[in-house]
Amino acid sequence: MLRDITLGQYYPADSVIHKLDPRVKLMATLVYIMSLFTFRGAAGFMLATVFMIVVIRLSKVPFSYMVKGLKTVIILMAITAVFNLFLTPGEEVLVHFWKLTITMEGLKNAVFMLVRLIYLIVGTSVMTLTTTPNQLTDGLEKALMPLSKLKVPVHAIAMMMSIALRFIPILIEETDIIMKAQMARGADFENGNIIKRAKNMVPLLVPLFVSAFRRADDLAMAMEARCYIGGEGRTKMKPLHYQSRDYLAYLFLIVYFAGIILLRIFLA
Amino acid sequence: MSIILDKVNYIYSPNTAYEIKALNDISLKIEDGQFIGIIGHTGSGKSTLIQHLNGLMKATSGAIYFNGRDIYENDYDMKELRTKVGLVFQYPEHQLFETTIFDDVCFGPMNQGLDKNKAGLRAFEALRSVGMPEDLYYQSPFDLSGGQKRRVAIAGVLAMKPEVLILDEPTAGLDPKGRDEILDLIAKMHKERKITVILVSHSMEDVAKYVERIIVMNDGSVMFDGTPGEVFLHYKELEQVGLAAPQVTYLMHGLSEKGIPVDLNATTVEEAKNSILKAFK
Repeated sequence: MLRDITLGQYYPADSVIHKLDPRVKLMATLVYIMSLFTFRGAAGFMLATVFMIVVIRLSKVPFSYMVKGLKTVIILMAITAVFNLFLTPGEEVLVHFWKLTITMEGLKNAVFMLVRLIYLIVGTSVMTLTTTPNQLTDGLEKALMPLSKLKVPVHAIAMMMSIALRFIPILIEETDIIMKAQMARGADFENGNIIKRAKNMVPLLVPLFVSAFRRADDLAMAMEARCYIGGEGRTKMKPLHYQSRDYLAYLFLIVYFAGIILLRIFLA
Repeated sequence: MSIILDKVNYIYSPNTAYEIKALNDISLKIEDGQFIGIIGHTGSGKSTLIQHLNGLMKATSGAIYFNGRDIYENDYDMKELRTKVGLVFQYPEHQLFETTIFDDVCFGPMNQGLDKNKAGLRAFEALRSVGMPEDLYYQSPFDLSGGQKRRVAIAGVLAMKPEVLILDEPTAGLDPKGRDEILDLIAKMHKERKITVILVSHSMEDVAKYVERIIVMNDGSVMFDGTPGEVFLHYKELEQVGLAAPQVTYLMHGLSEKGIPVDLNATTVEEAKNSILKAFK
């Protein structure tokens, strides 16, 4: 029942996107998110859509898998859309009843905001579905390495991230089992008002936290037993090196972002 | 009064790269009052199977009847089913959450809608029948040893007075003494309460001594289904799927090959002893 959350879940497939250097994918995700909030109007929207469809096609991950991530943020999307729809002041009033007004600007804002949110989630899903957590943090660590000159603990941050990501599926699975164990004793997680439901979460959260702490403890012990002392002098088994396809990907990315900016300047 | 499974199939994550067929055309009849062992190695589908019996998982296709009623009917009361088919999960850590052992055992009966007094009575009774010392009732369940946690977890389900008690690997992670205590306890409960007990395990040795019927699972299908004596006659096939018959079976087959007329159906040390003594008389 909790398997719908795709965030942090790798989907194995043999595709160009899977093979790209994680740094490229990180950069691409960042640029894509920026582009989502840069574009204006239908042309930019089209370009962002085409870019995403091409990338999804290349990644060979089933489209249904990407959309699954959306289910979890439906409420957030709904709230955003409703607020934008009703609270945007504008000249052109479309509907007016009681104290609520819908303006043309509001409608536009709502639609674009919704599209942006959906693309944002699907876009980041592409990255997490095609990159293993290990690759992701390797990429992040290497990309941020220059900051360690400024005494930023890059390695520690990357390690914490990789552990956190690694534990997401484990904890999801654990939540699933605990929910079932409590449902077997008649617990109800679906019915009742909001206060009752929050109270019903206690039998789920207590074992989950206990187990998370125990796992953290065990992991720390296992790492120390293997002489982990942090990033100093640590080498990689598979160091990251850019290939020609990575440079090509950067080129595409630059062309795409330039396109978005140009469209905004000339068509808006 | 029985559980009937009719061609039950279950597929994990259908239509994705992670698709796994966990149950493959399972048809079973579980009679009232039976003591059944379900055996299979990790990933054979035994845990998936038992989660179907109390409706925690829904079959991809097929039907399950409990006491003659289809549990997948729209108006079937799943909560009621779960109180009648009690399922104790493998790790007690997955269900203990209250501040005291006593409150934790009360959780099930309270969910059944009983008031505090009645739930308390049930909890007392359940804790006593699993042999928890009374001075521990108001301690935190997190301070207990592995074996005691398991007792509390079993009591937590027992307090709901189920008609069928299913235990998923109740002996995993226990030392030999703790294991024997828990198994003896389960056998005692089956005898005294006259409830159906389904014991899931990957150890033949554990199960052979207690149960009257063994269901061997392999790759999501039922491989063998019969009395321990019948099932262990297939000890060569069992070995091929990574399971082993009890030591006694090997001994008896070895003796029989040497021409000593012993009973090959013996599954416990006691039965083997009697049969060997008889052969040498």
